[in-house]
Amino acid sequence: MALVIVLGIVVLLLVAAVAGVSVSRRSQRRMDAAERSAITQAKPLRPQAPAQVEIVLPPGEDVEIPPQEPVAQEPLPEERVPEEPVPEERVPEEPVPEEPVPVRPRLRDRLGKARELLAGYFGDIRGRSAIDDDVWDEIEEALIRADVGVGPTERILDDLRRRAKEAAVSSPADLLDLLKADLVDTLRAADRSLSFEPGQPNVWMFVGVNGVGKTTSIGKIAQREAAAGRNVVMAAADTFRAAAAEQLQLWSQRVGADLVRGQDGADPGSVVFDAMAAAGNRGADLVLVDTAGRLHTKVNLMEELKKLRRIVDRTPGALKEVLLVIDASTGQNGLNQAKQFGEAVDVTGVILTKLDGTAKGGIVLAVQAELGIPVKLVGVGESAADLIEFDPEEFVEALFAA
Amino acid sequence: MFDSLSDRFESIFTRMRGRGRLGEKEVDEIAREIRLALLEADVNFKVVKSFISRVKEDAAGAELSKSLSPAQQVIKIVHQELINTLGGTTGKLTMNPKPPTVVMLVGLQGSGKTTACGKLARHLKSQGLQPLLVAADLQRPAAVTQLQVLGEQVGVPVYSEPTDPVAVARNARAEAGRLGKNVIVLDTAGRLQIDAPLMDELRRMREAVEPDNVLLVVDAMTGQEAVSVAESFAGTVGIDGVVLTKLDGDARGGAALSVKEVTGKPILFAGVGEKLADFEPFHPDRMAGRILGMGDVLTLIEKAEESFDQEQAVKAAAKLKKGSFTLEDFLEQMQQVKKMGPLQSIIGMIPGIPKELKNTQLDDKELGKVEAIIRSMTPAERNDITIINGSRRLRIAQGSGTTTQDVNALLKQFKMVQGMMKQMAGAGGKRPRFPGLPPGMPGM
Repeated sequence: MALVIVLGIVVLLLVAAVAGVSVSRRSQRRMDAAERSAITQAKPLRPQAPAQVEIVLPPGEDVEIPPQEPVAQEPLPEERVPEEPVPEERVPEEPVPEEPVPVRPRLRDRLGKARELLAGYFGDIRGRSAIDDDVWDEIEEALIRADVGVGPTERILDDLRRRAKEAAVSSPADLLDLLKADLVDTLRAADRSLSFEPGQPNVWMFVGVNGVGKTTSIGKIAQREAAAGRNVVMAAADTFRAAAAEQLQLWSQRVGADLVRGQDGADPGSVVFDAMAAAGNRGADLVLVDTAGRLHTKVNLMEELKKLRRIVDRTPGALKEVLLVIDASTGQNGLNQAKQFGEAVDVTGVILTKLDGTAKGGIVLAVQAELGIPVKLVGVGESAADLIEFDPEEFVEALFAA
Repeated sequence: MFDSLSDRFESIFTRMRGRGRLGEKEVDEIAREIRLALLEADVNFKVVKSFISRVKEDAAGAELSKSLSPAQQVIKIVHQELINTLGGTTGKLTMNPKPPTVVMLVGLQGSGKTTACGKLARHLKSQGLQPLLVAADLQRPAAVTQLQVLGEQVGVPVYSEPTDPVAVARNARAEAGRLGKNVIVLDTAGRLQIDAPLMDELRRMREAVEPDNVLLVVDAMTGQEAVSVAESFAGTVGIDGVVLTKLDGDARGGAALSVKEVTGKPILFAGVGEKLADFEPFHPDRMAGRILGMGDVLTLIEKAEESFDQEQAVKAAAKLKKGSFTLEDFLEQMQQVKKMGPLQSIIGMIPGIPKELKNTQLDDKELGKVEAIIRSMTPAERNDITIINGSRRLRIAQGSGTTTQDVNALLKQFKMVQGMMKQMAGAGGKRPRFPGLPPGMPGM
């Protein structure tokens, strides 16, 4: 249990540092008792407004929507700033589609713009006659630049070298094919579907760090599911970020889903609780829970997230998915995110967003390989139809598209 | 969990004993290790290449210092080169002698522009300026509302109009004049650098408002593509500086090096938390240590200050000095440490912890075990572990759901910790030194 030694070191250093700082300040400023008692304690969970939860139905239903009460605007002390609205997408001014959800677009087509930039890159390798050091270097470079990570890249290449030898692969084109097959294999998952059991409310919870695209992804999914005829309830459990609920409200109106929200600053747990009740009462099929973005390093916020999960779990069997939303441009920190969120709330799948940029999202290889968490959905554009199922073959193909 | 650079270098340099200079072979090996560390930190592939070649030049043939070990010497060179690259140019906003000064924030979706605008407005206000926030993100519903809420929190007015972003930008100056504001902080919608129409819109906004500062907002956890993003924004719209956000996470932040290297523009500000006050001038030296994975002791200490009860810490420090630090105290302080975040990231911020120790399992379960064992002890046992005989150990093991081996291990380890602390106290309160950690490194 060398943990104790490590902890001992940590405690030693930190106590010495904090006390050291405290002592020198004391002699400098001659703090009095009153000042000392005002010293910041641990950050509390965000202050909670009284739980006033309202249920917002999309217009057209035979219910009067009560007028919105103005939210008290006093500055929240000690509190974090509402994060930037999840901006992955521009909500187009189009009417709710009446026809069924369109045929799933191919990832490769969607990524045309980005892939143009890679055009000819791997074409160079394929055109080579022999597998030389340059070829290996270029493959390594491509993988690293795709954010696969230097450690995993080394492992992949070592493995590839061994297998290429065994299979007596001699042409770069064949080598690439072998590599692709390896990567696709890494990404194989037993089940990539979004878990759903008819006849009961199914809860899909969306978590992740700030700015990745949780709220937007929910909007897209809600549109898809509602169009498929499912009864959808959205829970605006991001009560922290101003206008987060408003944003979700707009989606709910467009797609014909119910929205459960609270006042700004309300306890997110109460929103979840009420959403579960509403879903039960209405016989809803799907409850989509939006949560506030949070860095996985913030202990109190991760505790809050655990609490939200526990509230859903009070209805046994309801929670079907905990989806971690990861921005495709995230580097190696994506793995830390997956680890910490996974440990906290047991993530069932990843939604990889903003893949229509130039980022390749290679971090998902490590997330699957090391943590066994599969990518279930991929965001490749602004509209609802641009949230597509993850296909390992297409993903890998797009990595190496010439 | 990464081995510290110093650990990696130790093995290379044990072979070098007796030689006067850093040989080419060793320099190559060092270069490989540095490359690994930088890539793990998300520094762009090409940027790593050019950085390494610079370091190689500095290191090759350098005379071995008498006071530093070769490992320490190379780390120092690398660290300094990083600081030079990250810093160098003066990081200040350009103020226009004829107000208003215009600052325009641009970047990808989700990078933190709107929040940064609020923080910047607050910062400028605290410097005696009168800012106006301008909400030119009209695409995202509630983006304007968001900025309005921030504006209210900092006491800065917010201007917008429901026409189009270019018009908002164009009319911002008139509004600033009308309200008597001398700085404009302009928020724009997030956009992909490869979205030609939107990048063109940004160009037209720039032409319309003629900013004195265009700041690219970059998320500290961005990976390899930071280069492509920075190059495109710089090429299409032109940028004058960078704001690095979400540094309160545990991303190593190599994107900072990539962006600086590729654009040559200074990183002006760092977003270090969710509160509006969590906005600071960028510290190249702290960033250098963080990118190298060498720990960021200054940030760690700041974090500790926030989480630790200072009263308690002073009392605990006194006990440490006296050598009377008990398991009870240890348990107390552990609670404070837990408040700071995942144990792994805390350890990651402490430079020089021996490799073998860093690789121990550091998850919550193990921590839970340690706590359970201590809690199963009586107060008397916690205050004096020498009284814990065999039958007590058994009782403690049973009470905590662990084994006597676990209890033995804990006691043994804690004795070692007590020994360390006595040493520290004996050394007159100096912090313990860990092997491989060069003197003069920040905080140590």
